[in-house]
Amino acid sequence: MRNFGKDPLVASGDARDYRDVVLTAPVTVPYVRYSIRSAHWFVARALSRLLKESGLEKSDIDGLSVGSFMLSPDTAIGLTQHLGVTVRWLDHVPLGGACGIVALRRALRAVQAGDAQVVACIGADTNHVDSFRQSLGSFSVFARDAVFPYGSGGPNASFALLTSYYMRMYGATREDFGKICVAQRDNALGYPHAMFKKKLTLEEYLEARPIADPIRLFDCVMPCAGAEGFLVMTRQRAEALGLPYARVRSTCERHNAFPDDPIQVRGGWVLDREHLYGAAGVEPSDIDFVETYDDYPVMSVIQIEDLGFCQKGEGPEFIRRHTFTSDGSFPINTSGGQLSAGQAGCAAGFLGLVESIRQLTDRNLARAVPGARLGLAVGFGMITYDRGLCSGAAILGRADA
Amino acid sequence: MIAPLHRPKRKNPILRTRLPLLPPWARSRAALGLTAAAALGRFELQVCAHCGSVQYPPREACHRCLSDQLQWREQSGAGELISSTTVYHSHDLFFRERVPWRLGLVRLDAGPTVIAHLHAGCAPAPCRVRVETRLDKSGQGVLLAFPIDEVSNMADDLQLREMTCDPKFRKVLVTDGKTAVGQAVVQALVAAGADLVWVGYAEPWKKFPGLAQIEALPQVTLIPLDLTDSRSVTQIAAEIGGRVDILINTAEVHRTHGIASRSGVEVARAEMDVNYFGLLRLAQEFGPAMRGRGADGQSSATAWVNLLSIYALNNYPPHGTFSASKAAALSLSQCLRAEMRSGGVRVINVFPGPIDDEWNQMLPPPKLGPDALAKALVKALKDGVEDIYPGDVAQEWFARWREDPKILEREVSA
Amino acid sequence: MSADLAAANSLITLAADLVSGRIRVVDLTQTLAPEFPQIALPPEFGQCWPFRIEEVSRYDERGPAWYWNNFSCGEHTGTHFDAPIHWVSGRDLPSNATDTVPVQHLIGAACVIDCSAQASADPDFLLTADHVRAWEAVHGRIPARAWVLMRTDWSKRTDPVAYQNYDETGQHTPGPATDVVRFLIDERDVTGFGSEAIGTDAGQGYHLKPPYPCHYFMHGSGRYGLQCLANLDQLPPTGAVIFCAPLKIKNGSGSPIRALALVPGSSGAAEPSQRVRGEA
Repeated sequence: MRNFGKDPLVASGDARDYRDVVLTAPVTVPYVRYSIRSAHWFVARALSRLLKESGLEKSDIDGLSVGSFMLSPDTAIGLTQHLGVTVRWLDHVPLGGACGIVALRRALRAVQAGDAQVVACIGADTNHVDSFRQSLGSFSVFARDAVFPYGSGGPNASFALLTSYYMRMYGATREDFGKICVAQRDNALGYPHAMFKKKLTLEEYLEARPIADPIRLFDCVMPCAGAEGFLVMTRQRAEALGLPYARVRSTCERHNAFPDDPIQVRGGWVLDREHLYGAAGVEPSDIDFVETYDDYPVMSVIQIEDLGFCQKGEGPEFIRRHTFTSDGSFPINTSGGQLSAGQAGCAAGFLGLVESIRQLTDRNLARAVPGARLGLAVGFGMITYDRGLCSGAAILGRADA
Repeated sequence: MIAPLHRPKRKNPILRTRLPLLPPWARSRAALGLTAAAALGRFELQVCAHCGSVQYPPREACHRCLSDQLQWREQSGAGELISSTTVYHSHDLFFRERVPWRLGLVRLDAGPTVIAHLHAGCAPAPCRVRVETRLDKSGQGVLLAFPIDEVSNMADDLQLREMTCDPKFRKVLVTDGKTAVGQAVVQALVAAGADLVWVGYAEPWKKFPGLAQIEALPQVTLIPLDLTDSRSVTQIAAEIGGRVDILINTAEVHRTHGIASRSGVEVARAEMDVNYFGLLRLAQEFGPAMRGRGADGQSSATAWVNLLSIYALNNYPPHGTFSASKAAALSLSQCLRAEMRSGGVRVINVFPGPIDDEWNQMLPPPKLGPDALAKALVKALKDGVEDIYPGDVAQEWFARWREDPKILEREVSA
Repeated sequence: MSADLAAANSLITLAADLVSGRIRVVDLTQTLAPEFPQIALPPEFGQCWPFRIEEVSRYDERGPAWYWNNFSCGEHTGTHFDAPIHWVSGRDLPSNATDTVPVQHLIGAACVIDCSAQASADPDFLLTADHVRAWEAVHGRIPARAWVLMRTDWSKRTDPVAYQNYDETGQHTPGPATDVVRFLIDERDVTGFGSEAIGTDAGQGYHLKPPYPCHYFMHGSGRYGLQCLANLDQLPPTGAVIFCAPLKIKNGSGSPIRALALVPGSSGAAEPSQRVRGEA
């Protein structure tokens, strides 16, 4: 284990491990570009699939955690009556790209503590023709006050500024980011639910329509509608039900890290990675695949650095050394990631977790990473002003890992 | 390099006039502090009275010590442009029509990192810049990063011009050219590059000094315009209303009476008829057409300027009825401002102290010369601010009024 | 035939003559419009309002089936009547206001003195008693209780600047000299004096003795003034009857009027052309 240096904020602690609780029943409600259905419909479809996948009855679900932006004016409580579920544990996690990791952490502890036996974790959102534009101006007070009036480029403009800065500081090139995007597209071609079903060439990536310098079209995710979900239950219960499951080796979560950095080139993982690997008892080199939160390729590079796969600023060099495909070196985003599978609102915060569970329970829809035993799923999100505030990660393993 | 603005071609009459759109307008109450300062041409940020931290974006509590004693304080705006981008695609209709649009992240020397519109004269990051506030087309305060050193054609930057009301190549109506102030304004507009200046004059049989010199300017067209006559205003609006880019209402009646020094209401009524109802008549007749032309090409309709008085803020009893009429006009101008906002047309209020004219004969100096007033007015157009208080007396009154209007009332009534 | 019967007959004849055109009606009134100039005093004085008009509704949401306006003006706006109370010299006379002047005075014979040639040559032209005597030598003595109207063709100046005719020394318009005012009151017992310019007094009347002699003496003697008259060129020197009733404003000093004149049908050759203008 590398020494990451000491910081009073760096997580140490000795939180209880997760050996008695597991993740099972990974489900996806296939993505569509636009839907006339509400977010409620996608939550309902996800819950229905969870029951079918697990063989449980609705009455067996006694905990519900929902991540969604588009339920308004409802929150998770409205869904209990809407869907006719009676639960004793309820959570609403509208944290975008971090909602999967956060929901997971809370659900694990609830089951571990006996507050609930089976928690359905669902990330779901719909996408109407104009809903993305409308959501931009109401995303946060700071966005409304200090971002939206400046060109209204939404996250594209914000990440253009971060990407431009990263490229200048660390020598990354458009070709570097392109390599990640092209590799993820290759991965997506093996995943039936991916929104993009055509191969992407580096030339197409480089020559795509400019969006906000240096970002072009294929640096940007496609907003769509869809849902992801999984169940959290005790290992005992999963085994009794005969459900394949993935174990959770460790997790971390951090909000508003490094507020004094003038611009974001690192996330909260820097504070938490020592704890993350320490609690899991593994090294970065033990990880077989990584599901980054890839809202823009620059974020994948920052996560690779911050989670210890290389030093800060070595990202470009790291990219040039690896293929990132499922069957190559350093597989990332094995179902295509958001860049190729699509970004279904808060479901995007679940995409990597659900894909990881599939990889580690041999229930692959996408191409399997050969011999994968440990996966790292990353959460990142909520760019309320100039940077993403939430960061989180989970190391998952096979049942026997 | 910024390409200099060229005189626009004549409008093609078979093409539809582009309708005005506004950039996003919604703001939190805290953020409106930025707008309030921008309206005066100041760049202010919240500074914590307890720990001194500078905050941005605006907040309800200090992000360091949680104090709620956040005070808006003027900033130098100096900072480092740490990243810049050019946006080619926007989700907003206003910006869709205006991309490419430059943005930057600026680390202010005062602490915070701000997202700012980026003037074309700024080099790519990294470089030193100076952040200022401007009012955008929606009338809200925004941040704009300028190059440290003046570059040529600075005012012609297209992004900046969306936030200013520069008279260059624009057509202007000055409603009263009889007065020294009106004539000085006309001269200043011509010097600032106005394309055409219509100059109104009422009661043409009265001979006014200086009008002949104004009329001799090639840019000037004299028009009979009497703000007390609804039909006259309607007539002139019908003739030129669809072409006026900037309207400057310099017409006023100023008599020097309080309540007791003059029996009857005829003088007060005459003041109200021009100072208040005149503005109302103009607003009804010229407002809608100007509002509809807020995005009509390079030289769109852009501003409406009211010559008010510092006495609009607090009554000056020796000029009591005049003060009241200007207070009424100020109130109406706020209504006009709200109604013109949808067209992106700025309403600028000018609050001079005593002007050096016959009706302030008995007031001691300092008094504001017509040329100085005109200069301040044209600068307000170029800066795109909303309220100006030209001259020492106005500045002093305004400072006293800001500090405590009741104290000013007592001071003035002494 | 009794006097009453004779009077009744003459009215019947008058009515018939009006129908047949043997007697014509001439409009002596300027159109009330915002652009018509009003008298202007130095700015520190109170001012007479010009004519102003505001639409109340015009078959629109303010009144779907009707059109009407509110108007405002001074008592001395447009073609108007001056009552004795207008001037300080007439302030204490009986029956001196618009609501109390004897209505019998408001219709009467008119003597029209043509000064158009002199006024054309000299905008400051003053009508004197000698001019009137010369006129009487041709047209006969001015009868008692007649109106004397000073024709200058000033009303033909349709440009307000020319009509007002200001320069840096003030207004330059023709009017009566002091002596003729006294003459008309004391020796001819006229009902009133009318002019085409903006005042009964000359534009420079302030510099006469007393200032504004027509106002001073006419009103001080209970006589009336008519201003801003038009079409005096269509009246015969004698033989016309004018109607000049003011609005019955309580304690009013004057009032805009619709001044009309009855003239023999054969006189006034300008009439057909006026009708053509009116229809154009």
